[in-house]
Amino acid sequence: MSSSGLKAKHQRLVLVVFALVALVGAGLLAAYALSRQASYFYVPSDLRANPPEAGRAVRLGGMVEKGSIHKQADGVTIDFLVTDGKAQVPVRFSGITPDLFVEGSGVVAEGRLEGQTFVADNLLAKHDEKYVPREMKDMSISQAKQVVAQTR
Amino acid sequence: MIAEIGLAVLWMAAALAMLQLIAGGLSLRPEGRQLAALVRPVAVMQGVLVLVAFGALVTLFVTTDLSVKLVVDNSHSAKPLIFKIAGTWGNHEGSMLLWVTIMAVAGAFVALIERRLEERTLIATLAGQAFISLGFYAFLLIASNPFARLQEPVDDGQGLNPLLQDVGLAFHPPTLYVGYVGLSIAFSFAVGALVTRNVGPAFARAMRPWVLGAWIFLTVGITAGSYWAYYTLGWGGWWFWDPVENASLMPWLAATALLHSVSVLASRDALRAWTVMLGVVAFSMSMVGTFLVRSGILTSVHAFAVDPQRGTFILALLAIDIGSALALFGVRASTVSEGARFSFLSREASLVFNNVMLCGILGIVLVGTLYPLVTESMGVKVSVGAPYFNPVSAIFAFPMLLVMAVGPMLRWRKDRLDGERARRVSLPLAACGLLAVVVLVGVELTAHRISLLPALGIAMASGLVPASLLPLVGRNLRRTPFAVWGMVVAHLGLAVALFGMASESAFTTERLAALSIGETRDVGPWQVRLDGMMPVAGPNYTALEASVTARYEGGAPIVLHPEAESFANPPGTRNQSALLTRWNGQLYTVLGEQGDDGRWQMRFWWKPFVPLIWVGGLMVALGGFLALLGRVAADVRRLVAKDKIAWRRMRQGR
Repeated sequence: MSSSGLKAKHQRLVLVVFALVALVGAGLLAAYALSRQASYFYVPSDLRANPPEAGRAVRLGGMVEKGSIHKQADGVTIDFLVTDGKAQVPVRFSGITPDLFVEGSGVVAEGRLEGQTFVADNLLAKHDEKYVPREMKDMSISQAKQVVAQTR
Repeated sequence: MIAEIGLAVLWMAAALAMLQLIAGGLSLRPEGRQLAALVRPVAVMQGVLVLVAFGALVTLFVTTDLSVKLVVDNSHSAKPLIFKIAGTWGNHEGSMLLWVTIMAVAGAFVALIERRLEERTLIATLAGQAFISLGFYAFLLIASNPFARLQEPVDDGQGLNPLLQDVGLAFHPPTLYVGYVGLSIAFSFAVGALVTRNVGPAFARAMRPWVLGAWIFLTVGITAGSYWAYYTLGWGGWWFWDPVENASLMPWLAATALLHSVSVLASRDALRAWTVMLGVVAFSMSMVGTFLVRSGILTSVHAFAVDPQRGTFILALLAIDIGSALALFGVRASTVSEGARFSFLSREASLVFNNVMLCGILGIVLVGTLYPLVTESMGVKVSVGAPYFNPVSAIFAFPMLLVMAVGPMLRWRKDRLDGERARRVSLPLAACGLLAVVVLVGVELTAHRISLLPALGIAMASGLVPASLLPLVGRNLRRTPFAVWGMVVAHLGLAVALFGMASESAFTTERLAALSIGETRDVGPWQVRLDGMMPVAGPNYTALEASVTARYEGGAPIVLHPEAESFANPPGTRNQSALLTRWNGQLYTVLGEQGDDGRWQMRFWWKPFVPLIWVGGLMVALGGFLALLGRVAADVRRLVAKDKIAWRRMRQGR
């Protein structure tokens, strides 16, 4: 090792450069992909004011408006309105709704905007009394209280 | 009384950890030599005391002591015994106590049985272990005391989240914890070796079993956790790129890289600084994971504590531990001399390549997990999921898998692929590659709906299965060392799991239906019929149980019973899916709600070859276990031989 110190240094250098290039590459790739793939969170008034491009995966959070849940004839597709008090967005979802999905409670829908309707692939409701979707915490205090009161 | 004993013993253990750190630190200087003898016994005693404290908490939970706050918040007298025990760590305080317990017991274990390492390095290692433990003791005793009493006892507890009342919970978190915390040993070894300037093959050989052990537990924990999520959450998915899952994946990636580089260091004396660095990174990832999960800054089933003080505390611990380790590395890295060299076509080079690829995946997962936190601090809320993680990590994973097929066939130090070596190495590998290409073309021609990644995955897996067996060709299988068997089984397991994953995402059939009793639906090759609905009672819940008859391509009927369960304490519901496993896949049924028209919502999935994901995961763990067995057996043989020689010398001397 000591007899060929220069070459040893050389090899270490090559390895370090290779590792650095790969890691920096990973970081750049990640940054690039994230800017395209991250799905943004909207509340209904944002979605109305500033709609995302069609087909882009986003998440929509708000309250399920009272009296707005309607089941379609196939028995598995439901329509409802999500509201944040300022605007409403109609949502369509096919599937088994989460256990705590009820009118007047908070919900986060994952999906995309198709025309005026938000088509949800997945609905997230509260798992239990200790869990409130993180996105909910910035809603107005009275609304947050409402969520807690109605789903306790 | 038991709670007070538990708390007192915990304080004593913390005091011993302090003593262990001070005595260990002082004994490294010439004036403090005598203190060295103190370190090992103190480490053992500390482990015993913490174990007593943990035992006390388990006892409180088993007897449902309703004057203890933690028990009241998380348990209930009418809960099956197994979930009372599991409830001990199904909450923030208890899980942190479990963390400290495993950490101290692992330290005690090292103190008891580690004899290969130079004594000075071992003392420094134990001092390092005490240093990390102290931070967690402080966290437990100051910010999250599990033994806190209530002013007045209450009538009954609040129970455990129904989602967590599952046998999977009883085993999956402790398993993962052993893995996470086992990496703290690797971290301490790295620190000890840096402090005593003793980074070399002997250090690597001493560290390897601990890394292997932690890695096996991590592998089993991740596999079990994935299966638990798959069958209890009822979403039909097996990996959600949830931050908590990422928190367990990141240490695994780092540990996998460490495992391979420590082997290079042990047998070839190369990659010295790199191995030490990975030792630091691996445990740092465990800590980052703990921070993410326990600080409550993420939305997750796993996030128990939504308490800013705790988050800040863990963040401070993280900064102190990782910061000081990195500073030590910065100061001492230049004293770690260059190891042995190797050519670009050698086993070392392939291992280095894959190490870097693993770190690349690690970086991608880390960035994707932290990105939502960063953007949120700037006021933009995003979520990052499979559309980011799958393709971007595949960019690194696929080259890594390719090299994983080639690497084990290459020679250490320098290889050339001409003449005899071409026949032995290049031709079989080329055949495997050809097989992969043929499968890819076949898949694209027969099922052109499926997307690129699953198709590539299936092709890659079919090439990898024979390729991972190649290192056994031409060997006498009986005399093949366990370590080689371990490598082959683990690599094969990875190929099997890859096949399961790719097949699941390529060929899954999903059917959502509202069924009246007696109605039939087709799900892929299956015909399912809802026969009836029946109320049933469990130990602490009531449920509606559906009877579903399933026939595979018109064969004999098989009855399944998916359930919708309602819990009273705490109030909650859970969909218990029913699974039907065949050699070529799994039928997954979930019962939903009853509609206004009397029809039942049901969801069915036919997932070809999905069990291979977990079979593969367990094979990877089994491979690790075989390797560990081989290493430990060799060590024991060496010790026995040494003793025999010593004994003979003594006898001859007399």
